[in-house]
Amino acid sequence: MRLKRFAPLLGFVLLAGLLYKGLSIDPTALPAARVGQPFPSFAQLELTSGREITEQSLSPGPALVNVWATWCYSCRVEHPYLLALAARGVPIFGLNYKDDSVKAREWLLQLGDPYRLNVADEQGLVGLDLGVYGAPETYVIGADGHIKHRHVGILDEGVFDRDFVKWFPDMGVSGSVGAEGGDS
Amino acid sequence: MRRSALLVLVSWLFAPAVVWAVIETYQFSSPDLEVRYHTLSQELRCPKCQNQNIADSNAPIARDLRVVLYEQLEAGASDEEILAYMVARYGEFVRYRPGVDRNTLFLWAAPALLLIAGAGLVVRQARRGGKRAEPLSATEQEEISRLLEERNG
Repeated sequence: MRLKRFAPLLGFVLLAGLLYKGLSIDPTALPAARVGQPFPSFAQLELTSGREITEQSLSPGPALVNVWATWCYSCRVEHPYLLALAARGVPIFGLNYKDDSVKAREWLLQLGDPYRLNVADEQGLVGLDLGVYGAPETYVIGADGHIKHRHVGILDEGVFDRDFVKWFPDMGVSGSVGAEGGDS
Repeated sequence: MRRSALLVLVSWLFAPAVVWAVIETYQFSSPDLEVRYHTLSQELRCPKCQNQNIADSNAPIARDLRVVLYEQLEAGASDEEILAYMVARYGEFVRYRPGVDRNTLFLWAAPALLLIAGAGLVVRQARRGGKRAEPLSATEQEEISRLLEERNG
């Protein structure tokens, strides 16, 4: 019967726990509905060459598919890191999302081109099928052509080492590749 | 002057939410489709913006989804097909009324559970209250009369 006195305390602790958990949940993080599924099929033009490409062109995996656009400021911030990843041998395919292809080609000429190829998705149709809701987003596609992971926002070293490196074991932990390349 | 400004402010406060909806014109082939368009666009949540439906949001993705919604309605898709299309791409997140599954079961059951718990509490309190309201015994009644007299006297 004395336990009853502690009922309000118990209620408080439960509620506090719930709210505390709520603090660490990112409300902008969306479940990635497409993870585990094959990359959606498409037929679009390649940004620089103008030839027609399909989802088959995004191979061999594992590879990154980076959603970018010239109107996206964060993509500019992310760009140097993509160049560094490409230089380390990580295959990156681009999805030029709802962009002006002329501006996009200029961007690649001026800032460098980390992409194996780029899907020119001017209408955002591929993005829609992929469940893209903003740029930048970066997907991992496996050797089987399935989507393994999605990251929303800027891809940087910390994110790559934490969430991406397991798909690219040969690439090692970034930063240490050049300096300690000898011991692996 | 200040009063009329206040009036305007207050009238804004009570303006129906529909007023804020994005203004766009679509030509529907039937009024029925238009009704479904409005219902669905208010039930679909914009993936980019926090807690706005795609009818109210100006985000590019919301605009795209409205176009998709319009095109699919005109193409004769059912409500279920359209919702399934959206959920396949953006997850249950896009639905303001998510389907019942393992994750949302508690969400759906919560009102009923809370109602039952509340009713239980009320019943218990009522029973207890009934006990408390037992009539006073003769000696108690006497005691009270005596005390009251003492005080008034």
